[in-house]
Amino acid sequence: MIVRELELDLDAFEGPFDLLLTLVLKDELDLREVDVAGIVLAFIERLAARDELDLESCGEFLVLISALLELKARGLFPEEAAELAELEPEAAAEELARRLAEYRRMKSAAAWLRERLETEGARYFRLGPAPLAPKVETPLGPQEPERLAQVIRMLAVDPPEVSMAHMALRFPPVTQFLERFRSVLRRRSRFDFDQEVRELPRIEQAVAFLALLELRRSGEITIDQPAPFAPIRIARAGKDSSDQDERTTAWTLRSA
Amino acid sequence: MDAPLRLIASNPLDQLARTLEALLVVASAPLSVQELSDAADDDPERVEAALGLVRERYAEGRSGIVVEHVAGGWAFRSAREAAQACARLFEKPAQRNLSQAALETLAIVAYLGPCSRPDVARIRGVSADSAVANLVERGLITESGRDDAAGGAIRYRTTPLFERVFGLESLSQLPRLDDVGADAEQIRERLHEVAEKRSA
Repeated sequence: MIVRELELDLDAFEGPFDLLLTLVLKDELDLREVDVAGIVLAFIERLAARDELDLESCGEFLVLISALLELKARGLFPEEAAELAELEPEAAAEELARRLAEYRRMKSAAAWLRERLETEGARYFRLGPAPLAPKVETPLGPQEPERLAQVIRMLAVDPPEVSMAHMALRFPPVTQFLERFRSVLRRRSRFDFDQEVRELPRIEQAVAFLALLELRRSGEITIDQPAPFAPIRIARAGKDSSDQDERTTAWTLRSA
Repeated sequence: MDAPLRLIASNPLDQLARTLEALLVVASAPLSVQELSDAADDDPERVEAALGLVRERYAEGRSGIVVEHVAGGWAFRSAREAAQACARLFEKPAQRNLSQAALETLAIVAYLGPCSRPDVARIRGVSADSAVANLVERGLITESGRDDAAGGAIRYRTTPLFERVFGLESLSQLPRLDDVGADAEQIRERLHEVAEKRSA
């Protein structure tokens, strides 16, 4: 008897054992759906039909079916394989017994249900979706068409344009501060940058600082800061900035 | 003019009993006492008493229609003696050709539910996907939340239709399954023997 030609008639598969193996190995048949006990039964029936004991086919079958069982077990409990392997033989047997007992209980419950289905099979009843509950209606009060038109007219007005002004940062031109500092320097030979821009918003302070750098580059001023974060001192370049009356100096320069 | 039957007319609950009959004949699912009393706009205790009259009138063997307490409510069904005639006219889509796999899955969901497909697979040793899908399609089980664990598999429980098909007043009518205890003991002993041989 050739094991591979064993004809099977299972829920998930019908055909020779050989084909089943091929399909399983090609992943075209989900082994989890296959009833392995059914295969064993088919083999034993076939074996019983013959009088002689064919040890060779029995051996081959045993190897194939145990490989199939192992594959299936791994497929069913991928995360538990390691967990069970760590158990002592006694604990593993205990766990297995618990599972088998649970399955037996459920099998007997299924048998009870099957029996119940037969005894209760003579009962026919109406099946269908429940009829809809009556709708709760909220009646409208009497309405005036004029008021409705008025309300619709209100809705028909174009919406006000949304201002996007806050979306863009506005940079004042650097030249504005160039002019400003030059005019300050015309009046005074030196000034304190922090004091000069204290009232300005942060962004304008930044632009003012750019103006300072510009003036420094063109050699119009010298910049001095005694320590980090200390006030920045600006002085006219090229002049000895003494503590004389600044106003007078400014006036002198202008009139020169 | 037709006079009502004297026996019934003499009972002060007769009017209410007739209303209950009307409600039950219109309903497509069992109605609880509360639902009946809300619809009849009457006291639940009087409804219970009137139901007694209805049960008397629609008892098995007295009428082609039988009133029964099923799936947590009251409902009309056909008398058993009319089963063959009914079978010639109507299918039973919910329970027709239930496979062994489906019945075992149904038993697991009924006893252990709400439970997920992995739970069923763990007990039966085969994937439960198709059996569960089949039972959902038949309307015998339905989704009921998700597992707490990460990835939360969908859980299932049995429906009122399940109780109705199997003629159960509620799930508590399922028999206790402790009587297989001896079996489990035997299995355990045999496994212990095997374990001892292996470790020896």
